[in-house]
Parts: sequence; structure tokens; C-alpha cells
Amino acid sequence: MYQYTETDQTLVDERVAQFKRQTEQYLKGELTEDQFRALRLRNGLYVQTHAPLLRVAGPYGLLNSKQVRKLAYIARHYDKNYCHFTTRQNIQFNWPKLELVPEILAELASVQMHAIQTSGNCMRNTTTDHLAGVCVDEIEDPRPYCEIIRQWTTLHPEFDYLPRKFKIAVSGALHDRAATQFHDIGLHLVKNDAGEIGFRVLVGGGLGRTPIIGQVIKPFLEKKHLLSYLEAILRIYNLFGRRDNKYKARIKILVKESGLDHFSDRVEKEWLLLRDANELSAERIEAMKLEFTPPAYDLDAASDTSFEAHKAANKAFATWVDHNTAAHKVPGYKAVFLSLKAPDSPPGDMTDVQLDAVADLSDQYSFGEVRVTHRQNLILADIKQADLLALWQQLDSLKLATPNIGTATDMICCPGLDFCSLANAGSIGIAKEINEALDDMDYIHDIGDIKINMSGCMNGCAHQSVGHIGILGVDKKGAEWYQITLGGSSENTAAIGERLGPSVAKDQITRAIVDILDVYIKNRLEDESFLDMVNRVGITPFKEQVYATS
Amino acid sequence: MQLVKDKEIVNDTWRYVPEDADLGEGDITVSLARWKSDQQSLLNHKGKVGLRLLPSDGVDSIVDDLDNIQLIELEFPDFADGRLFSHAWLLRSRYNYHKEIRAIGHYIPDQVFYLSRVGVNAFLPAKSSDLPFVLANLNDFTVKYQNSVN
Repeated sequence: MYQYTETDQTLVDERVAQFKRQTEQYLKGELTEDQFRALRLRNGLYVQTHAPLLRVAGPYGLLNSKQVRKLAYIARHYDKNYCHFTTRQNIQFNWPKLELVPEILAELASVQMHAIQTSGNCMRNTTTDHLAGVCVDEIEDPRPYCEIIRQWTTLHPEFDYLPRKFKIAVSGALHDRAATQFHDIGLHLVKNDAGEIGFRVLVGGGLGRTPIIGQVIKPFLEKKHLLSYLEAILRIYNLFGRRDNKYKARIKILVKESGLDHFSDRVEKEWLLLRDANELSAERIEAMKLEFTPPAYDLDAASDTSFEAHKAANKAFATWVDHNTAAHKVPGYKAVFLSLKAPDSPPGDMTDVQLDAVADLSDQYSFGEVRVTHRQNLILADIKQADLLALWQQLDSLKLATPNIGTATDMICCPGLDFCSLANAGSIGIAKEINEALDDMDYIHDIGDIKINMSGCMNGCAHQSVGHIGILGVDKKGAEWYQITLGGSSENTAAIGERLGPSVAKDQITRAIVDILDVYIKNRLEDESFLDMVNRVGITPFKEQVYATS
Repeated sequence: MQLVKDKEIVNDTWRYVPEDADLGEGDITVSLARWKSDQQSLLNHKGKVGLRLLPSDGVDSIVDDLDNIQLIELEFPDFADGRLFSHAWLLRSRYNYHKEIRAIGHYIPDQVFYLSRVGVNAFLPAKSSDLPFVLANLNDFTVKYQNSVN
């Protein structure tokens, strides 16, 4: 895992000092609301319904145990004993006091963390595959490039006042787990016909109000040109992106309105002027790769026989292994998902006690490293199979072992009306209600792989438009209503969900979701997943059921 | 009026000439439209002539004129409009403009570090009371991750 150099540390320390001064100036009335808003947003600070919200960067989702303990400390001392993990691998605190935020940022800086550019119209935290470096389908580990991009985007002097926010995601595996097709720039490590590895570059994807699938702008970009190509895209966007209407200001609209060909021509022309003077040296790439070398794996891990024996003897353990672990490239190891979707807790939330315990478990079992997933869960990426039983028992006692990863109750959910000033409708309460309706774990496992995403407004923080089932909260004359979409996907075969029909009332939404799942159970072919069935039969049978009973 | 130029507080010797006003005497700046429509009299002007650019003014259109332009003012209508950051970068890095580039209008002192990195070397703040903040904020960071002009 990357360790800060003196430069990195100086930069975050100076940023803390800068924000401390800005906060003091604001409190003295020397900065206007608008001015301070732009500055605080670039330090992750929103002002929400009840209190400020501080979004902390989880650099491409990677945290060490010391950082996790610091999050616990902050939750305990500055918040109400919990924090929230987001779909972009970040961490949110819902109750910090504005005047104490500089102090919190200083705490974060002491463990090589920051909240720089986690909001505002600037380049955001770069995200990647949560199984990077350990998955079995990897072309190349994307994390060294993520760190190179993290540094390049951080305090970029030319691109900090963009028309709108800007998100970059990198994937290094065959299976896209980073939703690269739904980012302003998606980078996918690929091998060309000559066997060289480079990037397929996508541009103009995005969710939110106008979900659009990104288009390929460069089928193969040599690694040495990574930063010059990003710079070319950003400069064209900064100069020509719309600034007259914030709903049309994302790069996806620029690409759509100018057409991919015209946009690519502009980028290409700009890039050719930059390319040769801005190469990323092979030495820099190699040096960065050394920051992400594999930990000292036990090469004998697969010789353990206890794991299979425990699975055979303990059904609950076997079920958890089936659902909450993923294959690992090293024999005898597994990547373990910690479910933050226990039935009675808001999706993605974690208490200070859980955070501390997970930090200890990561030290004990997983080289002191924790990852944040795109579906608001955590991962301990390097667990020996011989340790799985003991780990499971401890996770179970922490309520972090609900065997529901990838199932109907592993919902992505935004904070919704309970916390967010933008929301039209509640989401946490609905998630709880759906959870209660689906309280039979065998039924959930029978439904199998399904992604339910729920956002409280059309800004779509929970990516409802790419949920296999998407739920979107809307306001209808002051009442909370919910619009349902089916068939979305953020994986390789990216798709935007199709609207089922008119929105349903709050007291009908859980029933509607249960209806949809029933239609699937009754009509699926053998081994057919929910998404496959929707793609085969379309939305009609679901529609008939949902609206027949309403 | 005073401004910060090359990290020092100096007096402003320039005057902006509005669209239809006489050029008068001394060192003046004009809009891009005036520069394009009135170039002959501007070239004959006894003092120095500079140009005031808005975010929507394309830098490309003045590339051939840069030898005759002694100052470029980048006027922020709104501090959130980041196009001028690219304009400054283009003027310095691509078109090798070495004379004064000055930020004016509604930017905030908290932006001057970035502005100086993309090549702006003079700052006329909206309020003269901001001069000390401009000077101080030029030193917000001692480290950087990217290449730019500075």
C-alpha cells in the first residue's frame, strides 16, 4: 500500500492550515457564503439538513488499520459514534461541527488521509476495482495508476474550477467492478494485439439526472501517455464544457452535444501538442508498482484441510463462505466481504466499535489492510482459508457477517431525506422495510445475484439507474413516491434501467419490490439470474404484477 | 489603486478604456472586440496597450497579436469560472507570452496560488483590503504534484 512521502505529507498539512484559515475567515465574516461554499466543498464539507457532512477520501478504496482506527476515533469524538461508507469508496461523517472540521482534517492528515476534492466542481477521488491486486481475472493491478492519477488530480492548478464535478475510475480486470462505463473518464487496462498493456479510454459516462454510458475515445493508449491524455480531455472540458446550466455542465453533455467525433478531434489535437513533453516515465511507473507489491503470502496456505472440514460441519459458516468471500489469485486465500447491510442497520453505516474491531482483525488476519467496495461494504482482501472460521465467528459477533453480499438485501442506499438536503424521499427507512419483508435468508439466497439500488432523489448517489432494480425517490405534492426501473447494470454489459411505469406510493414500494421478486422466482429458467430474465422477457410481466395489485 | 505584481505591492499604472470612450493618454487596456475593430489607432497609441480578456474570449484569436500586447488582464466575472486558468496556461506555455498577465474582477484571494501556478504574475484584487491576503496566499503550498507554468 502506498506510503506518503515527505511531499505528500507536506501537501496535506499545508492544506489543513489553508482550510483552518479559510474557516476562521468565514466565521469572522471575511468570506461570503458563496466563496466559502466553494472552498469548503473542495475539502469535503457539505451543509446538510441537520448538520454539516464531511466526506473523507478513501484513495481508490484502500485503508490501513491505523486509518480505520482514526475513523473510529473521529466517529467517537466528533460524530455520533458512526460513519458511512459511500459507493465511491469514500467515508462520510454526518454530524461534525463546522468549526471543528479543520481539527478533524488535521487528525486525518496525521494518518495520511484527507478530504481534498471529495466534493465541488473539481476532479474527485479516483476509484477502482475493490478486488484489485487479488482477483483472478486481472490483466494488471490498477492501483499504481490510481495513485499516479490521485497525485496528478490533487490541487491541479488549472482544473480546480471545472464546469462540474469530474470522476475517474480505473479497472484492471476482465470483469469491470469499477463501473468505468459510468464515469466522466473510464480507464480500462487492456492488452493489445502485440501483447502490450495500455488503457482503453472511455469518456462521457455518468449517472445522476441524465445517465449515459461512456463511449470509447481511445481504444488503446500507451501507459506513458496517460497523464498527457487526461490533461487534453480536461483542458477541452474546462474550456468548452457548459457553464450556463448546472444540469448540462457534465462532460457527458459536452460529448453528447458536440458529438463524439468532434469532441475526439479536439482532444486529439490538444493531446498531440502536449504528448511528447509530458510522458510518464517507465521509471516512475515501476517505482509506483513497488508501492503495491503483494504482501508476504504463506505459499503453503492451500495445504490446510481444516477449512473444508469446517464447511462440511457448519452450514452457517459454509453459507457465509459461499456468499461473502471471493476467489483469490493465491491458492489457499480468499477475499472476505464484511457486510454493512445487517437487517437492522442503515446500509453502509459502521460504528466506532466495529471500526476498531475491524482494524484489529485486519492486523491479525489481512496484513493490516481494509478496502471499501462500490456497494458500501468492506473487504479484508488477503485471508488464509485456515483463518476463515475464526474470522467469521468474530465478524458474526460484530454483526458484520450477514451472508447477503450480492443479494437482494445488499442494497445500495443513499442517506435520503433523513440526512440530505437534496433528497425528495426517504431511503434508509425503505431499505429497512424491504429488509424486514425479505427476512428469510433461504429465500434471499434462492433469488441469488441481484443489485437493488435506491436513491432519495434524481441526483442518484446510490446509482439507481444501473441497479438491476432501481428505486428513485420523487416528490409528488409534498408526498414521498418511488419510481422503479429494471434491467440496469454497471458491469461489462452496461445498461440503464427501464422505467416500470408510474411511481408508487410510499406504502406500496416494498410490496412492489416483493412482487417483482416473485415474478422472477415464478418465471425464471434454470440458473437464470434476475438480470438475465429481465433482459429475456422485458419489463411487461413485472409491470402487470406490480400495477395489477396497486 | 494598488496591486500585487511579482509578489510585491505596486501602484497600478494602467487604465481600462471602455468600449466607446477615447483612448486618451498613458498605458491602457481594451476589450478584445475593441482590439480587433480599432487596431490601427491602438498600434499608433503613444502609451502601452494591453488587452482585457473574458472567459468566453478565445485565446487562439490573439496569438498573432501577442507581440503588440504589453499586458493581458484576465477578468473574472465569477470566481467559479475556471476557463481563465486555462487561458493563462495557454498564453504562457503554448504561446510563450512573457509579459504581465494580471487577474482582475471577482476572483478570491484563495485562488491566487493556483493562478500563479498557471502563469498569472499580477493580481488586482476586488478590494484593496485583500492585498495582504493575496500576498500571503501566494505561499499557500510549498509542494506540488503536477507540471504547470510554475
